[in-house]
Amino acid sequence: MTTLSTPVVSGHYGPYGGRFVPEALTAALDELDGAFRSAIVDPNFIARLTELERSYTGRPSPLTRADRFAAHCGGARVYLKREDLNHTGSHKINNAIGQALLTERMGKTRMIAETGAGQHGVATATAAALLGLECTVFMGEEDTRRQALNVVRMQLLGAEVFSVTAGSRTLKDAINEAMRDWVSTVERTHYVLGTVTGPAPFPEIVRYFQSVVGREAREQVLEIEGRLPDAVIACVGGGSNAMGLFSGFIDDPSVQLRGYEAGGDGVETGRHAARFAAGSPGVLHGTRTYVMQDEWGQTIASHSISAGLDYPGVGPEHSWLHDTGRARYEPINDDEAMEAFALLSRTEGIIPAIETAHALAGAMRVGRELGSDAVLLLNLSGRGDKDVATAARWFGIGAPEGIEMSEGR
Amino acid sequence: MSRRLSEVFAQTKSANRAALIGYLPAGFPTPDASVELMNAMIDAGVDAIEVGLPYSDPLMDGADIQFAVDAALSAGTTTDVVLDVVSRLDGERAAILVMSYWNPIERYGVERFAVALAAAGGNGVITPDLTPEEAGPWLAATKANEIDRIFLVAPSSTDDRIVTVVKNTSGFVYAASTMGVTGARSQVGAGAEALVARARLATDLPIAVGLGVSTGAQAHEVAAYSDGVIVGSAFVRCIRQAADLSAAVAAVRTLAGELAEGVHR
Repeated sequence: MTTLSTPVVSGHYGPYGGRFVPEALTAALDELDGAFRSAIVDPNFIARLTELERSYTGRPSPLTRADRFAAHCGGARVYLKREDLNHTGSHKINNAIGQALLTERMGKTRMIAETGAGQHGVATATAAALLGLECTVFMGEEDTRRQALNVVRMQLLGAEVFSVTAGSRTLKDAINEAMRDWVSTVERTHYVLGTVTGPAPFPEIVRYFQSVVGREAREQVLEIEGRLPDAVIACVGGGSNAMGLFSGFIDDPSVQLRGYEAGGDGVETGRHAARFAAGSPGVLHGTRTYVMQDEWGQTIASHSISAGLDYPGVGPEHSWLHDTGRARYEPINDDEAMEAFALLSRTEGIIPAIETAHALAGAMRVGRELGSDAVLLLNLSGRGDKDVATAARWFGIGAPEGIEMSEGR
Repeated sequence: MSRRLSEVFAQTKSANRAALIGYLPAGFPTPDASVELMNAMIDAGVDAIEVGLPYSDPLMDGADIQFAVDAALSAGTTTDVVLDVVSRLDGERAAILVMSYWNPIERYGVERFAVALAAAGGNGVITPDLTPEEAGPWLAATKANEIDRIFLVAPSSTDDRIVTVVKNTSGFVYAASTMGVTGARSQVGAGAEALVARARLATDLPIAVGLGVSTGAQAHEVAAYSDGVIVGSAFVRCIRQAADLSAAVAAVRTLAGELAEGVHR
């Protein structure tokens, strides 16, 4: 199993993490904590999870060597951990299936989830369909517009999609609304938080179910290269795909951990989601972590071309890794991400999610920095089908005659 | 110095009634108007005012209070403005409390906030998303500045949790009547009376019930088994429905009067 070199003391990572929630939710979090801890030492639970990972999700996901893309990364050898090839098209399914099994274990019949890009919503709706559970997904109205394809997918899977019109109408407001639903329905409902943030024990649970990414990747790269990579690279919204990958290498001091957050229009413009570059420690959505906030502690709305990175907070363990210097985080602006998006599509025949494109742009930086002897391992966290309309607008690609680009506009 | 909240609950107890606690966000609809509205509530018989500190992500609040808080933030209600509102309320005739999500207090500085609130004449703080486990520096700062700190118990709280919460609470215990967010309800949660009874086993502190109370009849029902009745969304709603400020003041006065009748046993 994964090592835990980050000190987790009752849900805290140094000064970060913890539980800042209404008292009404304390009992549910305690129940979840108990269910999680008993599940991960229960051979039947592990066997069921492992079997679903194999036969349903399609694990292990392959490691692809990307030489033509690597030519743009200072000639370093670049490996892509292909989470985009999972069922539903991203790493989110790893956590959704795990938490769906926990939902069943607690005897609950309904799951709720927040979603930004829609990938976690789709993954949760999928797991709900698989296990015969009810499912409601909360999504900011702005995101339902820019990720219309995923809204339809969730509905096809039998989930109810609740469009949130409060606040900035994006991921942070979807989380607020999910919390409000949860406190009112907690007896029969489990809140499947999609990333490594929120009140304890969520960051630890989501990391656990995503750690399969880092575990597999470590084995795969050792087998191919006979050595550890010089850097592992991931995009960081809430930070679940990054935490999944990092967890496999956190105890290997020679491996650099590199996280890329959304620089939006540029950190200097104020329109970004760069929590580490421009935020400060605070409390948001039940945890203490880096937050984009004003001098009074009011959350500042984030901006990114990528709905999945458009979030003003970040997982608390990332804050700890940032402060201790174990991991390094940098912003990638929209234009850099879209350049990397196009580059991977044309050099490797893989259309990545725009979230993931931030990690690809990061790899281009890291490769140039470390040179041609370096081995880089990147979490290709999701595929870009959902982003086709956004990309078409960005690049000014017109649809061929007779094809309706129905989304967004 | 005797704490203001203890005095209030001692007075209401000797008058054989529950205390009436009224909530409004500071700055709704504007800072000046909120002062006028809250002083009107005091004038009409509210025993304690809960001054809401507007926060961008009020995840315990329903639609009415979300609306009011958004309006207050748009009107420029910063933490300093909230403290100014507190200082302008009639603290002679009512205890003055602040209700705040945790991040604005942490951002202001825990000790600095406690000092500033005491200087503004505030008597206590309700923190709906802070539990005692995370409250270390807050326990020290409130104690040093003689500010009551009010934590919540909920129907889902185990008896052990209730003991932990009340041990760290002063002034009164806030019992959330129902599992849910703020907002007027046609019925106060059936679990409220049982929760109050469980809390009584753990503490001699007064226990006030909040969430869902909006009418004099509901206040009367809750006053029969509790020491205080907390009303928030109903006040916000009558301000939202009023045509102008003077109509809002009149409506708030009428509702406060009806509730003040209701809390007599």
